[in-house]
Amino acid sequence: MEPGPQHYLILSAILFALGVAGVLLRRGAITILMSIELMLNAANLVFITFARQFDHIEGQIYVFFIITLAAAEAAVGLAIVIALFRLRESTDVDALRLLKW
Amino acid sequence: METAAFVVLALMALVSAVVVVTHRHAIVAALALAFNLISIAGLFFVLNAQFIGFLQVIVYAGAIMVLILFVLMLLNVQAEASLRTVGVFQRLFAPLAVLALALLVAGGGFVAAEGDRFPPVDSDFGSVERLGVELFTRFWYPFEAISLLLVVAMIGAVLLAKRRL
Repeated sequence: MEPGPQHYLILSAILFALGVAGVLLRRGAITILMSIELMLNAANLVFITFARQFDHIEGQIYVFFIITLAAAEAAVGLAIVIALFRLRESTDVDALRLLKW
Repeated sequence: METAAFVVLALMALVSAVVVVTHRHAIVAALALAFNLISIAGLFFVLNAQFIGFLQVIVYAGAIMVLILFVLMLLNVQAEASLRTVGVFQRLFAPLAVLALALLVAGGGFVAAEGDRFPPVDSDFGSVERLGVELFTRFWYPFEAISLLLVVAMIGAVLLAKRRL
């Protein structure tokens, strides 16, 4: 049996949920950023799958933009982590409750 | 052939994603993420997205992972004390995340149930030429906007990480 679109969609749904679980369960700020990358990749896989399914190249163009966006997000996110580490000597998000009431 | 490639790459992606989410050491998680990104790039190749697959390897597995590893080494991040957080928020939302997983899996399978297999495509589908023509004709405005975004992100990263201006 050849893998159809639904197999790719189910794979990417599982990867996305794993990313959500990582964001909710992990405490390190960098690990949370990595989980976000996991979710972005799951979304990319869906775009590529539908581009292939409907023979439209637009899906791949959107993935091109998402990869660029992920690069920008990683750069800014890691800069924020460095600034936080300088302030608190820790990347534990539980220790960061400056804006929490 | 295609089935074997899909099974191997999907298993690699799933196992490495589980390692990313569960491993206590951030360095191991980062290496597992690189593994995950490369296996997804392999899936892109299977799906006739050669250019995006190469881009994934170069930009994601290359540049972004090196950036993450560089920051990890720079900050000398220790292993996390415990995986599970103590907040009420997380305790409430972790089951909801599992529920979302179930819904997404069911929804994904349901949506694609009628289109069982992939239609045949041209051999140049996903080639640099096809993507380049689209990018510089129909998508030139978003292309310029995203380059502006990269400049803004670069300036923002430098400003945030700099000790004092």
